[in-house]
Amino acid sequence: MYRYDEYDQKLVDERVAQFRDQTRRFLAGQLGEEEFRTLRLRNGLYVQRFAPMLRIAIPYGLISSKQMRMLAHIARKYDKGYGHFTTRQNIQFNWPKLEEVPDLLSDLASVQMHAIQTSGNCIRNITSDHLAGVADDELVDPRPYCELTRQWSSFHPEFNWLPRKFKFAFSASTADRAATRVHDIGVHIVRNEAGELGYTIYVGGGLGRMPMLGHKIREFLPEADLFSYCEAILRIYNLQGRRDNIHRARIKVLVKSLGPEKFTELVEAEWAQIKDSYLKLQAGDVERMRARFDVPAYADEAAADDGSFTAKLASDAKFAAWAKRNLRKHVRPGYAAVFVSLKANGVAPGDVTDSQMDALAALADEFSFGELRATHDQNLVLADVAKKDIHALWQRLSELGLATPNIGLLTDLICCPGLDFCSLANAGSIGVAQDIFDRFEDFDYQHDIGDIKLKMSGCMNGCGHHTVGHIGILGVDKSGEEWYQVTLGGSAENDAALGDRTGPSFSREDIAPAIEKIIEVYLAQRDSEAESFLATYRRVGMAPFKARLYDKASAHAEATA
Amino acid sequence: MSLLIRKYAISADDWIELDDTAEIPSNAKIIVSLARSRAERETLSAAKAIGVRLDNTEDIAALWPELQALPLIALSFPKYSDGRAFSQARCLRERYNFKGEIRAVGDVQRDQLQFMQRCGFDAFALRADQNADECLRALGDFDLAYQRGASEDLPNVWRLRRQA
Repeated sequence: MYRYDEYDQKLVDERVAQFRDQTRRFLAGQLGEEEFRTLRLRNGLYVQRFAPMLRIAIPYGLISSKQMRMLAHIARKYDKGYGHFTTRQNIQFNWPKLEEVPDLLSDLASVQMHAIQTSGNCIRNITSDHLAGVADDELVDPRPYCELTRQWSSFHPEFNWLPRKFKFAFSASTADRAATRVHDIGVHIVRNEAGELGYTIYVGGGLGRMPMLGHKIREFLPEADLFSYCEAILRIYNLQGRRDNIHRARIKVLVKSLGPEKFTELVEAEWAQIKDSYLKLQAGDVERMRARFDVPAYADEAAADDGSFTAKLASDAKFAAWAKRNLRKHVRPGYAAVFVSLKANGVAPGDVTDSQMDALAALADEFSFGELRATHDQNLVLADVAKKDIHALWQRLSELGLATPNIGLLTDLICCPGLDFCSLANAGSIGVAQDIFDRFEDFDYQHDIGDIKLKMSGCMNGCGHHTVGHIGILGVDKSGEEWYQVTLGGSAENDAALGDRTGPSFSREDIAPAIEKIIEVYLAQRDSEAESFLATYRRVGMAPFKARLYDKASAHAEATA
Repeated sequence: MSLLIRKYAISADDWIELDDTAEIPSNAKIIVSLARSRAERETLSAAKAIGVRLDNTEDIAALWPELQALPLIALSFPKYSDGRAFSQARCLRERYNFKGEIRAVGDVQRDQLQFMQRCGFDAFALRADQNADECLRALGDFDLAYQRGASEDLPNVWRLRRQA
């Protein structure tokens, strides 16, 4: 965990006091609706279909057991007993009362948490790899850089009133687990040929109604220059980004209209003016930040792995099936990262109850040095579990309904809250997720299908990242009815790509059967069990899928696109 | 006349902000648009002092030669949520070390004042409905900052940590 110092705490406390006063002025009629809207958004507070929605920041997805207990308390005290983990490693509550939100934020501040800049046209929560610090393909732990960036971006005086929202993601590993190419700025921490640390910078990625992948605008930026370079990018955007049309206001549109080369030229020219300013990181800054993160006191391999894990894999088939999907390799011998699936049948993806949160906090204390991580796939990770403890942990997770053996499989789908909660949505998504769960309940079948990412959004704002799903589902409204467009072949990882539309959309009734047909085509077309859905799609193309989806037998497919 | 905060105090405004058709009062300190300051050099010479108001789309770097000797530059907030002038102010203070007054004009309201101040604004012509005492208090909403920015009035967290 990063631990606040007195300055971090003071700033968060002052923010609570500021928002308490803003809320008071709004309720007293001294602050206009529109002004208050932009201020409350900067504290994560939306007004939703039925009640406000509050989004709480979990910087780079890292959360302590103490913080998790506070979230459980918040779910009980201010909400209806549950919270919803999002695709940007945050958590949302759907029912807090406006006048209670200052108290809620004050409770959060008491455990070093906040909702600062989780919405609004400003720099949002910094996201990263949920396996940061434990992945075996990692160059350095990206989290100190993320925390530096969180602090640099918090209450930034110049960049709090941007044309549109602005999202950063960091990756420091061979495999991109942070979807960096679909962020406004994607930072890859790298080493150059001289062995120096620095960054490769991508700009202009984003989902929503004009999905685009980020462009690499700098191959290598020296470690000390992160903030001067980011300020150059943000300044060009703040001054030149469009403000006349909300749908053309993201930086991706500016990069596209200028062209990446011209945009890069502008950034480099601006950077030349400020690169040697006070913005340069000084010797000791990164080290000092690194030192504020707790390092788990790992046991040596013999103590962490007494052989019982391997024995249980052989003797307990159910445990083995779960372990096959829900564990990831840990850089320390004797340890593993354990995925807690928030995709159980009958539960909205990403939802957790207050009692589950309390139980997870206890499990984190008992088995994983008191820490958890939220993933952008809406699951949780206990990242530092000794192998000797995994079986016991699995039993406890099973009792909590948190051991669905489906990580990376079809039912481990990403899904926004959809029409059931969100005022922007055109169509329901949770119900469709449930239909898919019902159709593919057989885990042996899911295992046979193998690694696949299904992502679903209830409108084209794309919170469910449908454009980069191997299979993407987008809810659309047609004359008051809910319809669903399908895309194939997207990815948010190293091989990032935007999915291709299959053709006309499907009705609510036909969408789950359509997914089933897509899977059938894949199983028939793959050259071996080793060929993934994405690889097969890229090899065979859209034609066989289209043929199956829109043949005459699928009577309900809509006539027009 | 609008309410003015200058250098952390509610202040009488000794400047008159003019639109492009208003008559030029003699022997007064006036703020005019960039276009007018260029077009009416002769007539304006009667003024005691001239400040220039810039649209938030103007490029400070391109204009700097004609801005550098000004005692006052007014930067515009056509709508409070349009944040371009924050960048203009920092550029004036940090790149060009501009020493005159930088005044926020337009949709200037309480909850952005401290951000403006930290970008280098030192005068705020408040929107008519604003309570000046409340606005003055808003300049103290935060007692420290993660960013140094253009004003060093707030203790900077990085410096404090580096000194520790």
